[in-house]
Amino acid sequence: MRPIQRRLGSTLALFGGLAAAAIVLGPLAGSTSISLGNVVDRSMPFEQNVDAQIFFVARLPRTLAGAMVGAMLASAGVVFQGLLRNPLATPFTLGVSAGAALGAMLAITFGASLAWLGLPLAPLASFAGSMCAVAVVYLLAGARHRGLSTNVLLLAGVTMNAFFSALILFVQYFADFAETFRILRWLMGDLDISSYQPLVTALPLVIVSFAIFAWLARPLNLLSLGTDAAETRGLDVTRAQRAAFFSASLATGAAVSVGGPVGFIGIIVPHLVRLLVGSDHRIVLPASALFGAAFLIACDAVARTIMAPLELPVGVITALIGGPFFLWLLVRRA
Amino acid sequence: MLQAADVSFGYRDELVVRNASVEVADDGFVGIIGPNGSGKTTLLRLLAGTRAPGSGRVTLDGVPLTSLTRTAVARRMAVVPQETQLAFEYSVLEVVLMGRYPHLGAFAVEGPSDIAVARHALESTGTLDLQDRAFSTLSGGEKQRVIIAAALAQLTADDPAIVVQPFRAATILLLDEPTAALDLKYQLSVAALLRTLHRGRRLAVVVSTHDLNFAASLCTSLVMLKKGQVMASGPVDEVLTPDRIRELYEVDAEVVRHPLTGNLTVTPLGTGARP
Repeated sequence: MRPIQRRLGSTLALFGGLAAAAIVLGPLAGSTSISLGNVVDRSMPFEQNVDAQIFFVARLPRTLAGAMVGAMLASAGVVFQGLLRNPLATPFTLGVSAGAALGAMLAITFGASLAWLGLPLAPLASFAGSMCAVAVVYLLAGARHRGLSTNVLLLAGVTMNAFFSALILFVQYFADFAETFRILRWLMGDLDISSYQPLVTALPLVIVSFAIFAWLARPLNLLSLGTDAAETRGLDVTRAQRAAFFSASLATGAAVSVGGPVGFIGIIVPHLVRLLVGSDHRIVLPASALFGAAFLIACDAVARTIMAPLELPVGVITALIGGPFFLWLLVRRA
Repeated sequence: MLQAADVSFGYRDELVVRNASVEVADDGFVGIIGPNGSGKTTLLRLLAGTRAPGSGRVTLDGVPLTSLTRTAVARRMAVVPQETQLAFEYSVLEVVLMGRYPHLGAFAVEGPSDIAVARHALESTGTLDLQDRAFSTLSGGEKQRVIIAAALAQLTADDPAIVVQPFRAATILLLDEPTAALDLKYQLSVAALLRTLHRGRRLAVVVSTHDLNFAASLCTSLVMLKKGQVMASGPVDEVLTPDRIRELYEVDAEVVRHPLTGNLTVTPLGTGARP
């Protein structure tokens, strides 16, 4: 086995390269074709360079949003899976995304009166929503010594999703007709973003959750042994579990506030990554974040072009890939 | 010295362990014996500090476990659970390296000295040739020895200069039913391994088992548990008598010293009725 540093280096190079390529190539896809050569052409002033304007103003924010949402949802998936010792746990299947969506919707629908506070209201409300959902998961997991069986996990996820969906419909009732259409698209998971503002707003949550993920990587490895075994290895299990629940909620909140509850990223990406690099969370976490970014950008590129000039919500594409993938995993485990 | 003084532990209103006292000397080899459900595993968890006693206390060299950090406890004491199932696929070497956790800082990665410690631990459990295998593909006996190797890696001091020397402070290995799932050959190999480790390093061993002959062949002292209470404890010869076995298991048994091994050997004769 090669030392961890070198394995980490080569993994980051591979998946980092993939993510960088996706960020550069992603904005080139779309109903109007532009060329990368024109985009970087410095002989023309920016105001006259149509290709550069489409690239940087119209499409790059959306691509970066895809990168952020993909990275957050994929790594939150890794954390939930390691924490609950169940490879089927993700923000989406646990109902945490739905909780975050409810929070974000409340903020968008009723939050205008609080905007003067200057707080990043949507991400915070979204985070509060995901924390509520996670609290239920925490109780179900028996707080400490038991894991979460697949049966309980799936049933709880179905119930939570139904519960939050009902509340979301209720809130939607208060929205006006024009807004309803926009909200519906957003609820399917949509990266319809044309400014950098939502990204900047969510950035603090992203930074905090990634900082906690970095610390969590090794504790998550130990938790694979079981909570008791992890504790006898010297891990403060309670603290690690709390940090994991908190940071994964934070990441889900940030992602959902930007792109809505995009499904299945948290399960497809970590599984593919583990097939390639093994299970050490110190490698799986950063690799999943980078691959999640690339993957969602690619899905969004498909969503934007497959029915051009119509643009599908990206959640449709991820669900079409993720649904069968999830069933395949479920059958293989049974 | 690891000491449990008058400890009790229960779930809801049922006590699983009642007023139990156990002493493990620095060179002790203690067997915890008793029928299924007598509280052996729970007592082991109390000794390991993964459960806090409802009353009484567990101390390591006089210091309560609850006032030590988890890493400080982990450097002195390692546990081999009855069964280890990993949530994800890890290689054998990765599993053993997880034992180095209490010796590394929060963001540190295992260095060459940690890998040397892990390899040495694998070597002393006879599993070095398995190091690149996926843990889940091993047999029960192989898994057991790899987890023992992980425990040894955990108990090895982090100074690379003393990698191959005996441990500095006395360390303690706790094993829960180490032979329950193993066939005869592996039972013997685990017993031989534990004996070698106990003698070769300053390693105290606590082992819970329902196999009286296994306990008699290895341990220097025994703790007999009945319904969560210590029924008897002391040197093997004093504890392992036909009367006590009848009281504990409701089984008549003959206890003789085996002419070849020199160990006490328990032969069950029947339930209740004398032959």
